[in-house]
Amino acid sequence: MTDAIDLLLNTSLWAAVLRIATPLIFGVLGALLCERSGVLNLGIEGIMTMGAMSGWLAVYMGAPLLVGLLIAALCGALMGLLHAALTVPLGLSQHVSGLGITLFASALAYYLYRLLVEVGNLPPTIEAFQPIDIPILSDIPILGPVLFSQALPTYLALLAVAVIAYVLARTPLGLAIRMTGENPHAVEAQGLNPIRIRIGAVVAGSALMAVGGAFLTTAAFNSFFPGMVQGRGWICIALVVFASWRPGKALIGALLFAFFDAYQLRLQTAIDGVPYQLFLMAPYVLSIAALILVARRAEVPAALMAPYRRGER
Amino acid sequence: MQLERRPQVPLHLVVIAPLAAVFAALLLAAGLIAAAGVNPLTAYGEMLNGALGSRLSITEMLTRATPLILTGLAAAVAFRARLWNIGGEGQFFVGALITAGIGHAIGVPGWLGIPLLMLAGMAAGALLLAGPAFLRLRFGVDEVVTTLLLNFIVILFVGLMIEGPMRDPLAFGWPSSVPVDGDFRLPELVPRTRLHIGFLFAIAAAGAVWLVLARTVFGSETRAAGLNAEAAAFAGISLPRTIMGVALLSGALAGLAGSVEVMGVTAGVTTTMSPGFGYAGIVVAMLAALHPAGVVAAAIFVATVFVGADAMSRATGVPSFIADVIVALCLLTMIVALLFTTYRVRR
Amino acid sequence: MTKVLELDRITKRFGALTANDDVTLTLDQGEILALLGENGAGKTTLMNILFGHYAADEGSVRVFGKQLPPGKPRAAIEAGVGMVHQHFTLAGNLTVLDNIMLGSEPLTRPKSARAEARAKLLNIADRFGLPVEPDAKISTLSVGERQRVEILKALYRDARVLILDEPTAVLARPEAMRLFETLRDMTGEGLSLIFISHKLHEVMAASDRVAVLRAGRMVAERETSKTSPGELAELMVGRKVERPVREKHQIGAPILIADKVRLEDNGEARLDDVTFTVHAGEILGIVGVSGNGQASLGALLSGLAHPTSGRVTLAGQEAGQLGPRGMIRAGAGRVPEDRHAEGVVGELCLWENAVLERLRTPEYSRKGFVRQRAARDHTADLIERFDIRGATPDTRTRLLSGGNMQKLILGRVLSNNPRFVLANQPTRGLDEGAIAAVHAKLLAARADGAAILLISEELEEAVALSDRIQAIVKGRLSAPISADDADPQRLGLMMAGVWEEDEHAA
Repeated sequence: MTDAIDLLLNTSLWAAVLRIATPLIFGVLGALLCERSGVLNLGIEGIMTMGAMSGWLAVYMGAPLLVGLLIAALCGALMGLLHAALTVPLGLSQHVSGLGITLFASALAYYLYRLLVEVGNLPPTIEAFQPIDIPILSDIPILGPVLFSQALPTYLALLAVAVIAYVLARTPLGLAIRMTGENPHAVEAQGLNPIRIRIGAVVAGSALMAVGGAFLTTAAFNSFFPGMVQGRGWICIALVVFASWRPGKALIGALLFAFFDAYQLRLQTAIDGVPYQLFLMAPYVLSIAALILVARRAEVPAALMAPYRRGER
Repeated sequence: MQLERRPQVPLHLVVIAPLAAVFAALLLAAGLIAAAGVNPLTAYGEMLNGALGSRLSITEMLTRATPLILTGLAAAVAFRARLWNIGGEGQFFVGALITAGIGHAIGVPGWLGIPLLMLAGMAAGALLLAGPAFLRLRFGVDEVVTTLLLNFIVILFVGLMIEGPMRDPLAFGWPSSVPVDGDFRLPELVPRTRLHIGFLFAIAAAGAVWLVLARTVFGSETRAAGLNAEAAAFAGISLPRTIMGVALLSGALAGLAGSVEVMGVTAGVTTTMSPGFGYAGIVVAMLAALHPAGVVAAAIFVATVFVGADAMSRATGVPSFIADVIVALCLLTMIVALLFTTYRVRR
Repeated sequence: MTKVLELDRITKRFGALTANDDVTLTLDQGEILALLGENGAGKTTLMNILFGHYAADEGSVRVFGKQLPPGKPRAAIEAGVGMVHQHFTLAGNLTVLDNIMLGSEPLTRPKSARAEARAKLLNIADRFGLPVEPDAKISTLSVGERQRVEILKALYRDARVLILDEPTAVLARPEAMRLFETLRDMTGEGLSLIFISHKLHEVMAASDRVAVLRAGRMVAERETSKTSPGELAELMVGRKVERPVREKHQIGAPILIADKVRLEDNGEARLDDVTFTVHAGEILGIVGVSGNGQASLGALLSGLAHPTSGRVTLAGQEAGQLGPRGMIRAGAGRVPEDRHAEGVVGELCLWENAVLERLRTPEYSRKGFVRQRAARDHTADLIERFDIRGATPDTRTRLLSGGNMQKLILGRVLSNNPRFVLANQPTRGLDEGAIAAVHAKLLAARADGAAILLISEELEEAVALSDRIQAIVKGRLSAPISADDADPQRLGLMMAGVWEEDEHAA
């Protein structure tokens, strides 16, 4: 039992929290952006898989790591464009389209990987992002190793939270996105184009999701294997609800969740006699619990999932 | 370009839609096959041959189609009521698990045991979906995420069981559960093949689902609730009761899929026994435009793609993931095709 | 006089329906033009074309002499056209300032200039006498306040031409009068206005000129001072459609009694101390401006909502806790407010909709199976008796026109010989012919001894059909008055909540 508590005092746990949170932060922000504009993007699991594969593949083929992230973002954007094309101008079911995108993007990722990469006994690896020690700040006891010795994508994730929060709250573009998710007819009545806004938000959100996936293969691990996203995409969808569609709360949700995940991983080795599967179940059970907790109070964007058809009232 | 509602849905378009969707998917996938340096026509030829080219391959294909028919029915029933049951995979596994577990322990004659185990599988699947359904009705929690997350939880639970209490001491290498008793293995339909009478049960299930949806009060209420919940409520249809009923039926069908697969094919449970039957069931349901009769045809198509892809991969070197790509594309092309049955393009 | 607006030979088709047919319309500077027509005449479509929500198939729009590119609200806004929609285009979860600022700044601007926007808004609000609270969330505002925000939205974008679509549909008479005064002041500030209405007295009182649309065509234009309600009514409808006349007769025993009913929703009282009685062979009319509790009253009598306190009895039986099926079994028939949303499931066929609420009766089901033949036969009977055109029992219900759909709903209700009928806005959105048919059926049911509760926002309809009338204001009911004593003046006061305390329903 004391082991369990000792773990909490270990700085490597807290450093791991930020690391584990990174793909979740990108994923939640991406999903949040889509949903704020009124589109549920269930393609997230597949988009993260595609991001993981394409980012890794680009680096494997010689590109610098940052370019790998960029390529991943591009692939995510393309998948997002497909989802947007189906659900926005065509108004098809967002649920079904999203599921189709997840199935398609995952299958495509595995297919291309198998096609383009020679896999021997072990999957090939790349040189991943290494933690960057920010001078001076990383020497601060406790906080230093936790906050200021992370890999570059983690810092990008934190930056993304600030940027998205600012854009949504303080800019005309952000207002337009929020309004599109509340009442697209109001947007049209003010001379803007809700279809273009939704498509843009979904494409941008999908790019973010893909970068989250790429973190898994270019920082957390350094190779790609089928099934590596492990349901993180779905967890992000749950976290968006938990975060009441707000970037700041989304960050907190991701960190909270990552904490439980990191803690659970370490508990497995600390506590004997409990099957490891029970620990692994924890993240998913927690997500469901989080959803139940906030369900009643959820301030859903009023036009979420309602297809916008011009003139049809 | 504007979309305009068609006054009537022409019948010929309803039949053409899935065919057009499949054709479009195959066309798009052909591009990927060409990228592998293989002639798509050759590849598809190998695929067809691999699935339908011999008596053995046809029976293999139908064996693969059996669980797909049932998970397809599960998805179709649920989606009609706008209950987004994405948990078919998990429901499949709990059905399989309970069948293997009870089927290993009890000692009743086969004719009694088999139906009993099927019922157990159905009950397990139904209960699993009842949870998310309840959360939706009581707390307004979206069932898409809960059913999806449950899939992961169930797979982990299966792993836990077959590495622990339900472990098969005779299994070497890959962990497997204790097998279901020999008496409860489903007899084969075609001798010296894997095709078992479960296939007939699946077809019967499709007929039963059609009957329920088209002819019963529950079926009418389900359809009404899925098409216009407000009007259904006004007419006095209890939405909670209808949704829960649909959930139980849908979960039961998916659970039955797992049960039949254990008794007919695998005997025991492993974590890899499902190549995504639950998710593929969703594609099957959509290709069938949620019609029970169409589900059988669509399941046979999807099974053909999966079985054929293995053979194609061996013959041409195209990664067998192409099957998953084709099936996923079918889902996307099908919803586009369905759109054009209801709307027409106007300048 | 400079022509501010010129709509020239506008034609718009939706599939087989021609909504606007070669319509020409002009507006002069400083003028208030009323666009008059019955439901379905094409008024809103025409204004939507002007504002750019739709693009016309033929014809052109000129604002201040310049032609507008079709189908672009932004072009209309920039040319100085503003629209106050009938169904407000506001986002409930956002604030007044958010809703008004949207679209006024380029999307590429890195920071919203909120302080300046707030100042501009308050300035305009002051100038036009439309006070608002910029940081209030729209969902907390009353209907009248929301309309103010809609108007301010247009004024904020420097509209010189203002279109108002049925602006008084949601206002009580005193508020409506105030609105028209405000509109008149606006013309003094240089604006030109068009308002759409189907209410003759408003058109007569508030406009300079009237343009009458009928079945998509412009049939007449008149100077308001030189015409009369009678002439306008005939121009609107085109023929003398005789609405059926209510004949006096003896009313019978009390059938539906509501006693001090209070209905709460999320802690808020939607109905408060509501008491009324409907007798056999009587029509009790409930009049009121939309949003005063009619929906809750309808839900209560439909079996969808239950009283928090108080009693409802139907034919002597406790009915407060009954659901829809229970109400039907107790002898109630219900015509819902919104036939598309509540009345029918559009994708199902006629026979399924005809028996949907009675599926679990032995008549239409046996051992869980639907008795399809009985249902089809019944539907064929309804089609004949209620003159439902363009349909067979297997036709998809959404293909029916509004009038025929309403006849189906009436048919399924009345064919069951109900003792009590709830008719909630039974003629909303219908043309004159359909309205007359619905009225005839309701009066026939009354003659057969049914007790009918009519909820209506159309005063004319309520006075014509009802034996007695009560007004509903903020969830409370006034005392009933006889239809003979119901003049527009008195009704207007009742609907504004002005009734003496001891006149309160006994």
